[in-house]
Amino acid sequence: MASERVAIVGIGQTEHRATNDGSIAGVVRQAASRALEDARMDWADIDAVVIGKAPDFFEGVMMPELYLADALGAVGKPMFRVHTAGSVGGSTALVAQDLVAAGLHERVLTVAFEKQSESEAMWALSVAMPFQPPMHAGAGGYFAPHIRSYIRRSGAPDHIGILVALKDRLNALKNPCAHLHEADITFDSVRDSIMLWDPIRFSETCPSSDGACAMVLTNERGGDAAAAEGRAPAWVKGTAFRSEPTMFAGRDQVNPRGGQECAADVYKQAGIDDPRADIDCVEMYVPFSWFEPMWLENLHFCPEGEGWKMVEDGVTQLDGDLPVDMSGGVLSSNPIGASGMLRFAEAAMQVRGQAGDHQVPDARTALGHAYGGGSQFFAMWIVGAQKP
Amino acid sequence: MTDISLPERLRGAEPVRSIRTFARLEYAYTPGRAASRFLNQVTNKRLVGQRCPVCEKVYVPPRGSCPTDGVPTEDEVELGQSGTIVSFCVVNVPFMANLMEIPYVGALIQLDGADIPIMHLIQEVPYDQVHMGMRVEAVWLPDDEIGPTLESIVHFRPNGEPDAPYESYKDNA
Amino acid sequence: MKMRDVAIVSFAQTHHERATRELNEVEMLMPILSEALAGAGIGKDRVDFVCSGSSDYLAGQPFSFVVTLDAFGPWPPISESHVDMDGAWAVYEAWVKMQLGKVDVALIYAYGKSSPGDIRRVLSRQLDPYYLGPLWVDSVALAALQARAGLDAGAFSVEDMARVAAASRHNAMSNPYAQLSGEVDVADLLAEADFVAPLHKHDCAPVTDGAAVVVLAAGGAARELCDRPAWIRGIDHRIEPHALGARDLTTSVSTRLAAEHAGLGAKPVDVAELHAPFTHQELILRRALGLDEDVSVNPSGGALCANPVMAAGLIRMGEAARRISSGKADRAVAHATSGPCLQQNLLCVLEGD
Repeated sequence: MASERVAIVGIGQTEHRATNDGSIAGVVRQAASRALEDARMDWADIDAVVIGKAPDFFEGVMMPELYLADALGAVGKPMFRVHTAGSVGGSTALVAQDLVAAGLHERVLTVAFEKQSESEAMWALSVAMPFQPPMHAGAGGYFAPHIRSYIRRSGAPDHIGILVALKDRLNALKNPCAHLHEADITFDSVRDSIMLWDPIRFSETCPSSDGACAMVLTNERGGDAAAAEGRAPAWVKGTAFRSEPTMFAGRDQVNPRGGQECAADVYKQAGIDDPRADIDCVEMYVPFSWFEPMWLENLHFCPEGEGWKMVEDGVTQLDGDLPVDMSGGVLSSNPIGASGMLRFAEAAMQVRGQAGDHQVPDARTALGHAYGGGSQFFAMWIVGAQKP
Repeated sequence: MTDISLPERLRGAEPVRSIRTFARLEYAYTPGRAASRFLNQVTNKRLVGQRCPVCEKVYVPPRGSCPTDGVPTEDEVELGQSGTIVSFCVVNVPFMANLMEIPYVGALIQLDGADIPIMHLIQEVPYDQVHMGMRVEAVWLPDDEIGPTLESIVHFRPNGEPDAPYESYKDNA
Repeated sequence: MKMRDVAIVSFAQTHHERATRELNEVEMLMPILSEALAGAGIGKDRVDFVCSGSSDYLAGQPFSFVVTLDAFGPWPPISESHVDMDGAWAVYEAWVKMQLGKVDVALIYAYGKSSPGDIRRVLSRQLDPYYLGPLWVDSVALAALQARAGLDAGAFSVEDMARVAAASRHNAMSNPYAQLSGEVDVADLLAEADFVAPLHKHDCAPVTDGAAVVVLAAGGAARELCDRPAWIRGIDHRIEPHALGARDLTTSVSTRLAAEHAGLGAKPVDVAELHAPFTHQELILRRALGLDEDVSVNPSGGALCANPVMAAGLIRMGEAARRISSGKADRAVAHATSGPCLQQNLLCVLEGD
């Protein structure tokens, strides 16, 4: 039974913006070209392409992998399309990693994208089902009550969400690819921004972005070759996804069991006993600031109810003990279909030491985290600088 | 993107940055048997959930299966017209295209007899007085406007009962 | 390279029909999920991985697959994934995962209800959104272009095409799940009016609502759950350019490539279940695969007799596996297609012990 070691040897992304002037094909190709360049490879070197995004309604193109086959150099090759919820960028990378791990292919290109400007995301998410309960407030309206539940349970003070938003937007200033570059952001400006979906303020929500992310994954031989040439690979140490039902009686949407079990699985594979001590930095999927303390608990970085204390103590700052969302996170760039893969890619960039101004010094082990839907879909990977 | 140099005669032309193409598709949705039974009862101003034969949880609106056990839920249970606010949010986004005066409150309401909350609007109370545990009741459209949709309930409003204890709804909060 | 042995051990499908008006997707799937698990003699607790295939554009709803998962009841949380492709590709994803040794039993489902929308208009949304999409070229018109190219090139005749339709309907008489079946005369078919010339109505698959479920098991688990597992000996898929002008429509390069990589040519097959929604596409596929005259092609009646989009390819796998498990065949090939004019194709070679 084959289980090859898998290395990330190329990473590319677009500069995420409200509107990218390229076509859909242009945007994915730009990210993919940069990943290939980073990997010192050409299109012909790639054995298979795995592409993800969700949902198709966002750009108005059904099964866009068909139209994108030419632009991604997939002709004559296997081209696979992944479509999970907001976790899709993560799930897509995991399918690509499985292809290499199973020994089926040596070099796999994986891409995820979204062009929110191409269509109306709010519209695409709000196709009204005449027989379902009416949606009154969009995504924020869905998540805000659960954030309120978290605050009630944990007794977290109001400023925690503000601290997370401020940190992520300041981190984004160090990341040229980030969509939002708010040089004059302050604690007060976040606090005074309009309360959109109480308890969520405007500055505590993610933007709508156009963008794409791509990675080149290869086997042990490819990883060793890159290392020999002085281009450090990131090695995959653990991968997992989990799903649970969207709505059920007694479902814990603050600390979902699916997320807890997904994290436990990925830590076990990576030989991590104490995630707080063993993981150097975390790039997690935080579309509303309050999700940072919630996920810190869900991912076992602290006891339940204490995630907000880590935020308050500055642990998750770029220069803190456990930096979180070094890239600026989803709060600073949100090409939805690509957002999960961007988290995975940032984790890999950190352990490769290629994160530039948002590099965590000597990051050896990093967690990439994505979730989707109503917090019922999770995808995670652990990557490391050291070959497992 | 790669720079493409235009032929001389096109140098002055304004580049095409986007095109607008309109797509219209029409769908006739099928609610399914369980939801049809529920919605037919809504036209009688009755809220009827379904109980899972395995975990015995009562689901509303029923969708035909128990999401945790994956079995049909066929045993019908009439629910109360009142319920408890499990959690809520105050909306300041003009999401409903001016249909609602902002701010307004969207809440998760656990109807009496149900094991899962539904999302609905809270009205007839200042938004800053809404709180977890508040007891509320359904306000229906006039009889001649009621149809097979949850929008036949215009909103929920406080029913005057004392707050429900946190323990009674914390499983869904 | 030695791959881990993985087999199809159980298969269930709905009674396919033009429009399932009473049932939603969850209600449509629940009975066949139970049937497929019962067929393998297991409960859902034995399933290590679930993967599904469906399309939001068919359902007319973003993230439509999310609630459908309730039909399985994913609790406690499960390892699960979804493709916006035919369920045959979900089998591929599961098969890859099973190679890594952590998954012994996987459940795959796929469903498609074409009845809520206008399927020809819906499928036109697959096209290049800048150049082709705005023209609303529909799926039947594109297939007609391909048929015309084949006829003009002398690759097949309208009589050949009608014979495919008649044989499919005949075969479907022994398939209780088929939507169309019966004895039809080739001459009568040809006497009918053109539909989208050169295609007649009989050249096109019907519009269908339906779903299917397959259970995969690896090694010892497969032998435990099935008397005669249908072992996957090779599986591969390939894609061609989207731009029709860049392709030779009279042949299927990607099918031939996938067949090579799946090892189809190593030994002859008894049965071929081909996902051809148009008669001429079956002819193109037969030739691309180099199938002999004595191969039984689409003994189920194929997609021409029931074509639940997103499930029709998975059903080909299930039908091929069923013939191996029942002892009627020793080696079979199942095929699935995606995109306009056979743009993307998957091949799966199955064998009994």
